[in-house]
Amino acid sequence: MLSKLVAACVVVLTASTASAQFEFAGSWAPIGTEDVQNDSVPVDYLGLALTDEARTRALTYDESQKSMIERQCEGWGAAYLVLGPFGLRVSSQIDPVTNRVVSYTIGAWEDWNEMVIWMDDRPRPSDHALRTQAGFTLGHWEGGALVAKTTHFKGGFIRKTGVPLSDNAVIDWRFYRHGDIVTVLMIATDPVYLVEPEIVSKGFRLSPRPLDYRAGCVTGYEGHEPLAAVPHFDPAQNPFADEFVKLYHLPKEAVLGYRETLYPEYRKKIKDTYVPPPPCTDSCGAAGNFVVRR
Amino acid sequence: MRALAAFVAVCALAGSAGVRAQQPAAAARSARDRAAIDITGYWVSYVTENWRYRMVTPAKGEYRRIPSSRAAIPIINAWDPAADERAGRQCKSYGAGNIMSVPGRLHITWQDADTLKIETDAGMQTRLLQFAPRNSATAGATARSWQGQSTATWEPAAGGGGSLRVFTRNLEPGYLRKNGVPYSEQTTVTENFDLAPLADGGKLLLVNTVIEDPIYLNAPYVVSPHFKKEPDGSKWDPTPCSASW
Repeated sequence: MLSKLVAACVVVLTASTASAQFEFAGSWAPIGTEDVQNDSVPVDYLGLALTDEARTRALTYDESQKSMIERQCEGWGAAYLVLGPFGLRVSSQIDPVTNRVVSYTIGAWEDWNEMVIWMDDRPRPSDHALRTQAGFTLGHWEGGALVAKTTHFKGGFIRKTGVPLSDNAVIDWRFYRHGDIVTVLMIATDPVYLVEPEIVSKGFRLSPRPLDYRAGCVTGYEGHEPLAAVPHFDPAQNPFADEFVKLYHLPKEAVLGYRETLYPEYRKKIKDTYVPPPPCTDSCGAAGNFVVRR
Repeated sequence: MRALAAFVAVCALAGSAGVRAQQPAAAARSARDRAAIDITGYWVSYVTENWRYRMVTPAKGEYRRIPSSRAAIPIINAWDPAADERAGRQCKSYGAGNIMSVPGRLHITWQDADTLKIETDAGMQTRLLQFAPRNSATAGATARSWQGQSTATWEPAAGGGGSLRVFTRNLEPGYLRKNGVPYSEQTTVTENFDLAPLADGGKLLLVNTVIEDPIYLNAPYVVSPHFKKEPDGSKWDPTPCSASW
């Protein structure tokens, strides 16, 4: 009897000290005080280290592609988890026999597919398995963080500005919780389109109210006839290539995502040539999160 | 019923014995010995976020993404870097409320067994993270400074690893952004330092930062600058504060 009690104690004490895990299920509202993409500027590759091929391909992108009826409900890939404006609606799926978490599901938004993080050590699919927008994600706990890796996604975009991400890319995730804030760290590596990883961290605050971003995508005519040509630009003549440069006097190599622009040396390099833009007079505050299109 | 009572009693004894056994040992060991993670070394800013607000000086008057209060607006619009320089206040954007977002390098070392030191080459600042805080009753009496007074605690995770938590107060008023978006002397900064591996074998240091100011912020300002580990200090380039760049 005593041995059984001691064994049960070990289980209880072990469980109570298992602070390597945190409660992830719930609703997490986006904090939105950091800027990754200015969203409404078509050519904005700030903070990226792109290959020449990626830059050229991005410059061919015309955002009106998304008005084509066959692309309207395509949605965005896994990276949009930290690039999009929405919060996290996380549920956990529990094995009723073992009481262990089998998976976490981050609920879909109207233009983003749900992400399932499998926690049961299942094998990763074959390299020849079907690739999807969401990809396949395995997770585990490590040093107090939820660690996950996404593979098997379709080639897509890492920015809404048409910056591509290949189907050879891998996204490593870390979810840290400190108090009521979860920080999601994304490290995307892509041998085709990124010279260095795209690293984005985004904060979310525990929401007392459930979030619900589900909305069925309904297609409609947006000016493109079925079977019409795919809208695109000649990369050498993209009409928006200089818009961001002119708007904020930014160096072109920074807007176009050259590697050197991510490091402090670059700041020193442009110190004597940079001309600050005129004082801000419109949409200058916290609510003006997106730049004004000219 | 008696079995349940015995179970509770045995567990309570076992648990309290464990706690008692750990307390003296933990108290006797220095913060350096108890380190949950090792963040010492040289680190370089990897500016993939807020690029437009960090790598160049934004336009005067722009405070997008910062939940500035109504009281802050006149100060934002009155920003005068030349006046700051003349007043010897050119380090206002290098205080603890912003220093980790200033592109540059960090050199993190143990000043002593209970104090982590963070030096920055940008602005040539020094932060001291005290694991053995001074008496809280006298802490407020110390002079305010750009880097304030920081207390640090380890947040170890079961199974190894964890996080470093730092709470900073007693700050000189400063700027959250180079273009004069203010924070007041009542500001507090709560940071959690976490590590993550990179695919190339390197390390990433993530600094989750929550800045709270009852005067100039309507809500906490949350940022998470990150740094890549460097093998040595060969790129260390001390540069004095600048009010305009």
